[in-house]
Amino acid sequence: MSGRIVRITGPVIEADGMRGGRMYEVVRAGNAALIGEIIGLSEETATIQVYEDTTGIAPGEPVERTGASLSVELGPGLLGTVYDGIQRPLEVIRDEFGDFIIRGASLPALDRERRHEFTPQAEIGGAAAPGTLIGTVPEGRFTHAVLVPPGTDGTFLRVSPPGNYTVEEEVACVRTAGGEDLIVSMLQRWPVRTARPIREKMAPSEPLITGQRVIDSFFPMTKGGAAAVPGPFGAGKTVVQHQLAKWSDADIIVYVGCGERGNELADVLRQFPALDDPRTGEPLMGRTVLIGNTSNMPVAAREASVYTGITIAEYYRDMGYDVALMADSTSRWAEALREISGRLEEMPGEHGYPAYLASRLAEFYERAGRVRVLGPTEKTGSVSVIGAVSPPGGDFSEPVTQNTLRIVKVFWALDADLAHERHFPAINWLQSYSLYLDAVRGWWEEHGGPEWDRARKDMMSVLQKESELEEIVNLVGSDVLPEEDKLALLVAGIIRESFLIQYAFDPVDTYCPPQKQYLMMRLIHDYADAGRAAVGRGASSAQVGALPVTGRLSRLGSVPTTEFPTFFGELERRMEEEFGTLGGGRP
Amino acid sequence: MTSPAREYTSVTRVAGPLMAVSGVGDAAYGEVVEVRLPDGERRMGQVLESRLDLAIVQVFGGTRDLDTEVTSVRFTGEPLRMAVSPEILGRVFDGTGVPADGGGAVIPEEVRDISGASINPTARDYPQDCIETGISAIDGMNTLVRGQKLPIFSGAGLPHSRLAAQIARQARVLGDSEEFAIVFGAMGITSEESRFFMGEFEETGALEHAVIFANLADDPAIERIVTPQCALAAAEYLAFSRGMHVLVILQDITAYCEALREVSAAREEVPARRGYPGYMYTDLASIFERAGRIKGKKGSITQLPIISMPDDDITHPVPDLTGYITEGQIVLSRDLHRKSVYPPIDVLPSLSRLMAGGIGKGKTRDDHGPVSDQLYAAYARGRRLESLVAVIGEEGFTPIDRLYLDFAARFEREFIGQNEKEGRTIAESLDLAWQLLSSFPDEELKRIDPTLIAAHVRRGAR
Ligand SMILES: Nc1ncnc2c1ncn2[C@@H]1O[C@H](COP(=O)(O)OP(=O)(O)OP(=O)(O)O)[C@@H](O)[C@H]1O
Ligand SMILES: Nc1ncnc2c1ncn2[C@@H]1O[C@H](COP(=O)(O)OP(=O)(O)O)[C@@H](O)[C@H]1O
Ligand SMILES: [Mg+2]
Ligand SMILES: [Mg+2]
Repeated sequence: MSGRIVRITGPVIEADGMRGGRMYEVVRAGNAALIGEIIGLSEETATIQVYEDTTGIAPGEPVERTGASLSVELGPGLLGTVYDGIQRPLEVIRDEFGDFIIRGASLPALDRERRHEFTPQAEIGGAAAPGTLIGTVPEGRFTHAVLVPPGTDGTFLRVSPPGNYTVEEEVACVRTAGGEDLIVSMLQRWPVRTARPIREKMAPSEPLITGQRVIDSFFPMTKGGAAAVPGPFGAGKTVVQHQLAKWSDADIIVYVGCGERGNELADVLRQFPALDDPRTGEPLMGRTVLIGNTSNMPVAAREASVYTGITIAEYYRDMGYDVALMADSTSRWAEALREISGRLEEMPGEHGYPAYLASRLAEFYERAGRVRVLGPTEKTGSVSVIGAVSPPGGDFSEPVTQNTLRIVKVFWALDADLAHERHFPAINWLQSYSLYLDAVRGWWEEHGGPEWDRARKDMMSVLQKESELEEIVNLVGSDVLPEEDKLALLVAGIIRESFLIQYAFDPVDTYCPPQKQYLMMRLIHDYADAGRAAVGRGASSAQVGALPVTGRLSRLGSVPTTEFPTFFGELERRMEEEFGTLGGGRP
Repeated sequence: MTSPAREYTSVTRVAGPLMAVSGVGDAAYGEVVEVRLPDGERRMGQVLESRLDLAIVQVFGGTRDLDTEVTSVRFTGEPLRMAVSPEILGRVFDGTGVPADGGGAVIPEEVRDISGASINPTARDYPQDCIETGISAIDGMNTLVRGQKLPIFSGAGLPHSRLAAQIARQARVLGDSEEFAIVFGAMGITSEESRFFMGEFEETGALEHAVIFANLADDPAIERIVTPQCALAAAEYLAFSRGMHVLVILQDITAYCEALREVSAAREEVPARRGYPGYMYTDLASIFERAGRIKGKKGSITQLPIISMPDDDITHPVPDLTGYITEGQIVLSRDLHRKSVYPPIDVLPSLSRLMAGGIGKGKTRDDHGPVSDQLYAAYARGRRLESLVAVIGEEGFTPIDRLYLDFAARFEREFIGQNEKEGRTIAESLDLAWQLLSSFPDEELKRIDPTLIAAHVRRGAR
């Protein structure tokens, strides 16, 4: 099981004597036993990407095969933990090895000593098919379901009694049809590049509520959906991802910091333990798994990080949870692919990316979805994926953006100009889209209100109108426009300033619950309607703009959520009164 | 790396900055080599690729005069290392960390591997101590914090050096008198620029707190590849072993990237954009991510890299990749420079990503964030209108539009523009902002809470 290094170029090495090695098999390379993965085979020679810095490794040093594919450890204890791209526990590594990451630090992802309170749920003699519940373990406020892993099938020969077990201890024994006895513990391993099996994929039907107005109300995401957020640097990709990780109504969040900044992870680690989930009141960290492979950490592990993340997401989905995964940034992952591909001297495709870029992206996003999970009881779970894309020069025509857009159903286009004038989130309302509108309309009409669709369409068409008018205004100024067009500009300004702008750092407005979003939409829509009627009666747009209610419509987001219904009622009354005075009184 | 030194004379090929040495079975990746030329001159090199029978070596001093007969290569068995001690303060080194001031070798307190190691993200302390630079466009709208990496995006002929020097001269942290140091890494800059900095450091007495690594325009280009690493190894020592607050100025990152490109081209690698290697993002990240703070440690590394944008193009791969890694950017504008505005900072594309954590109540002032947002919004609108003046003429504008036009002009002159020797306190910058904003009716200040407007506009400026 051992070969010999014959070549080293950065993160890629070649070894001979590797006959029998398999693609994606994990190896330990060199005297320092660095973790690597076979990514190419040619007779005796294996090409290996190494997950750690290869400085100091020399030809002639040994390579040991492990026989296993790159896998993650799954079991209770994942939540609240920070891992690197190949699931090494960064906090434990820090305790053990200090502030800087040293090579060859290899520690188990799940604590081997810690005991978990196991309550059996399965019957001895009962059927033990993949997905069958063996027992439960409390994990924070979650019930961690210990399930029969995929590939294990038979009847329960033993089920352990209630008690405290480590992840390696037996909790059940399954006798297969072939008469083999398989010991099952809480610790499972799963190869990261293989999607975990499901019964069936279903169409997404429920919105993933994020508390961000431009997303929820204009370009909604669903539980089980796939979204991309491309934008040039500084446009707000990371803030969008952080906001979604904080406030979206998934049960569990997997946040993958893939080739981005160390301080951004430090920011999450600083904030999440102190922030409470608005729905449960529990600290956000308790529902979060962080995968951090920052830009200065080894590039091959960056490539692996998104797979590590999505496998953990699928694992919780299989228990029936709604999981949302954020990957910031998928471009760094694609670049890692390109870098490795370049070292392999593969034939480059567009912009030097390997020809298989499109299929890798598709495979990854395909692991999102709302599914019927394995197991005897009918259960659904979902993995929603939100990927940031960092196009060079902010040019969306580049391969990663384009190949991503072919797959995802939601596109939040971030716009440098909006960001420069501090319009945040800088999601361009003319360029972005969501193909889930039909899927979520019913939910909004039930949980928001009946006017949802009408108000939304009205606001969108006013914004559309504004962009058309802008061309005229830029040529001849706004003075020549007819009154109704001037009114459209006025209303569009209110929509932008009061509805679309939502500062992530505003203590109130950072999260806007759906009901408040709906009422804000109603206020603006009713204002627009009343304005149009007044102009129809002969009032000028300037008169409309001068009404005191116009001013009251700014900074709506900062009105505390609990006070909003009262505020709404009062403002609606005021509107009726004030508009009544315009254009010769009531019609 | 444990192997002892080995010596070979089997250079089989020399191309560009690279040479191939055959018959070397055990060269370690990244190992340092010492090349001895026929005339006895010594140069340093590093193994870029190693195979069973061959090592490919980049030669920092360049490959001029190397031959395939007499030239000998000693593989040292060591990674690139540098001796550090408190004595490095006040010293000048060449681009590879060799003393260049005639002052003799540094007696090591520590010997550091210059490539360093990644800070464990969980060990990072989120930077939130605001640095007052005395420059309104930075303090007011793009606040710098300790441990941040904030590059200056500039162009040929723009006063980036003067700005960097002014920041180095004026920077202070409110209510703090801890030890500070400056590490200056020069890559491919002219001797004139270098003299400017040296003169500046001398004049302000900063030299005794400074460590200088100088690879000038006429020094071997490939040497630049290790200059930032040397500078940052020194900075890490000062910050994390000696507890100092270190400001690292790296100029010019573009010259550094060109050296990377040269090596990549010599290796016939598949390029990404404009001939730059596909791993340039990773490479730059390994420099910029060495800024920061570490929990439980007193010191910090703040980076102020200077990037010259070829042809003033912010989408050029060097500024582009930099912007994706650093925590914001300060962008200099040729237009403002032409209008004689100093410092010619174009605030719209400028950004400090760490600003939100460093400002506000208890840190600077409660109106800091909203005032900054309002300045951005108002100036963006003023600039948009300015671009229309030529088309529709002033008459096409509403009275409110005209306020924005006037605002933009005054903002550039009075807020952005300031004297090179002038340091404004943050409070002075914010008060100045209120003064400019008070030309608008209150309803126009949509980004600011009305209670703040009441408190500030009425109290101060009007
Ligand atoms: N035997 C050698 N002697 C000298 N230089 C060599 C030798 N082999 C490779 N090199 C140098 O290393 C560089 C990279 O080699 P590379 O891996 O491309 O070689 P190769 O795989 O043999 O050739 P090809 O270009 O056909 O793939 C070459 O451009 C050359 O400069
Ligand atoms: N929703 C928001 N509210 C307030 N500020 C924001 C928002 N989104 C982005 N920003 C600002 O823009 C900066 C850059 O955003 P970031 O998400 O880091 O950009 P990217 O990841 O696209 O490079 C942030 O540091 C913050 O100042
Ligand atoms: Mg980002
Ligand atoms: Mg070849």
